[in-house]
Amino acid sequence: MMNTDRTTRQKVEAGLPRRRRKEFTFKVLGIFATAVGILFLGMFFASLIGEGASAFRQTYLQLDIELSEEILAPDGELDLAYADFDGLVRTALRRELPDVSGRQERRELYRIVSIGASYQVRDLVAGNPDLVGTTQTLWVPASSTVDMLIKGNIDANVDEALRPISNKQIAWVETLREAGRLDTRFNTALFTNGDSREPELAGIKGAVMGSLYMLMVTMVLSFPIGVAAAIYLEEFAPRNRWSDLIEVNINNLAAVPSIVFGLLGLAVFINWAALPRSAPLVGGLVLTLLTLPVIIIASRAAIKAVPPSIREAALGLGASQTQVVFHHVLPLAMPGMLTGAIIGMSRALGESAPLLMIGMVAFIVDVPGSFTDPATALPVQIFLWADSPERAFAERTSAAIIVLLGFLLVMNLAAVILRKRLERKW
Amino acid sequence: MVISTGMSAVTEIPERKAELTGETVGNIRSDHPFMVAEDVNVYYGDNHAIQHVSLEIGKKEVIALIGPSGCGKSTFLRCLNRMNDTIETARVTGNITLDGKDIYRKEQDPVALRARVGMVFQKPNPFPKSIYDNVAYGPRIHGLAADRAELDNIVHSSLERAGLINEVKDRLDEPGTSLSGGQQQRLCIARTIAVNPEVILMDEPCSALDPIATARIEDLMDELCEDYAIVIVTHSMQQAARVSKRVAYFHLGLLVEVDETDKIFTNPQHKLTEDYITGRIG
Repeated sequence: MMNTDRTTRQKVEAGLPRRRRKEFTFKVLGIFATAVGILFLGMFFASLIGEGASAFRQTYLQLDIELSEEILAPDGELDLAYADFDGLVRTALRRELPDVSGRQERRELYRIVSIGASYQVRDLVAGNPDLVGTTQTLWVPASSTVDMLIKGNIDANVDEALRPISNKQIAWVETLREAGRLDTRFNTALFTNGDSREPELAGIKGAVMGSLYMLMVTMVLSFPIGVAAAIYLEEFAPRNRWSDLIEVNINNLAAVPSIVFGLLGLAVFINWAALPRSAPLVGGLVLTLLTLPVIIIASRAAIKAVPPSIREAALGLGASQTQVVFHHVLPLAMPGMLTGAIIGMSRALGESAPLLMIGMVAFIVDVPGSFTDPATALPVQIFLWADSPERAFAERTSAAIIVLLGFLLVMNLAAVILRKRLERKW
Repeated sequence: MVISTGMSAVTEIPERKAELTGETVGNIRSDHPFMVAEDVNVYYGDNHAIQHVSLEIGKKEVIALIGPSGCGKSTFLRCLNRMNDTIETARVTGNITLDGKDIYRKEQDPVALRARVGMVFQKPNPFPKSIYDNVAYGPRIHGLAADRAELDNIVHSSLERAGLINEVKDRLDEPGTSLSGGQQQRLCIARTIAVNPEVILMDEPCSALDPIATARIEDLMDELCEDYAIVIVTHSMQQAARVSKRVAYFHLGLLVEVDETDKIFTNPQHKLTEDYITGRIG
């Protein structure tokens, strides 16, 4: 016998330094990998917040607007569609800066206030027609170039021809600021408005509502269908070539590029079933197809993880297969299933490619009010804004990303909390 | 090897059967047969796990199935309440009757069968529910209790017969898994008898328990066999000797020998039985 006690121990000891070295190297590599990950994540968040934080504040002008009767109701009757609210705002602006003269200069002056100002006045009058004839002091949005100037995104030192704001405009803004008529405030428009061509009026409400409607459709369809399919495949389906084929296909579907689902949705739901274009209903259906494989796979894994002893105990007592599933397997598998569902939902929320195919990429100003209204979704809105040339859309893109990440964070948190609450520790 | 042959030559009784022929020695008959297995074969795919087993299980008796690991005793046990149905590759041939009726006949609902033939498993497997709900589960699914009071009654009497009531009567709402291993196994027995079965199958019910808990379960079996036929698979020869009236020795899928417990342990007819009970195969 070669392996006496002594030589065995010597052999073990001879190999020890090598093993320790390996362990050390592996640990260092692991720490390095984690550090790189955290570094990139930190950079990502820093740049995102650095870029997007300013979008949550917006420059406003304070104007005393005289809601004069002769302009609003020249024939003695107020017609909201034709009344010259724009004129009111311009008059107020001129009154604020009386030394502006000449058509050219005036036109320049009008450009420092957003077109949203006249909408605001119109909404005010529409809400309360009795105000006609009074003078109202309002905070109205400044134009996005003024906003960019105030936020320091436009360098006043570059040549006048190279920047979107003229020297005169800068001087007026300065005057207004000194008079306390210009201020930055919380940007409510970002959360209450739909999309707009004017950055200072553009908001994410339309996209958020579109995403919510879509997720509702997705949730209502994909969770029950996914869980039912998982239960059938796991508990009732005979194991044969067909079930193997189905299993392989479900696994493959989970890996299919999402834009392919968009094409499928376009062909089936819009072209064949004639559902409306750009509708959250169709988006939700497409996202259902997209999340189903994820939910089925997660649910099957959760069902598989239920200890067989529980099944046997119930079967041994004379429970039928259905009773075993609904009394024992399902309650125990539910946390895993819900986690899978929420992860699937998160994926659906962040998906943009398939929505491009079904027309949810359109420019839609109105906030959708139902499942069939034209809508867009948060990630698509981000894509649209990122594509816009105005400087002010850059910060809004980042702000929308922050909001989207916030939603994802909330959903994942919900998944963790649900799992912890439903998990039976006994 | 040479030495041991010499030794056994001295102790061996010449008429003892030594070869594995597939014929069962001893007496497979019971005085009051209740479950009768005739020429039972079980196949797992191509594997012939149980071969031509015939055995009678009597009323109010404990019969122990012993044998080395993989000999098919658990497989045979699971034929008796058709738990093998859940294994897709398993195929059972032959004839098993319960009270004269074939349990593998077409009209036999396995669910109804398992209500008559209860089972206790190797590892205590209470449901992740309260103690009360564990015991009440069987009566609930079979609709045995008309109202809550009757269900309470069933739960209490079952726990009482399982010798657990004094330990749990104040905490019926606590999870079944909060009990100790021995208590959990008695809870599982209570759960089984709550359905009022006629036969109880026990698959190594004490192998995960300490000696004190084992002793309690064995006492319980003594009491339960007043009312039920009990079939127990065990690896412990002492346990078989203590609790059973008859013993069946399985080897490589064959039923080698069946007889009264005393006879098996004092004067086995087959060489393999003797080797096993004296610890030469294990």
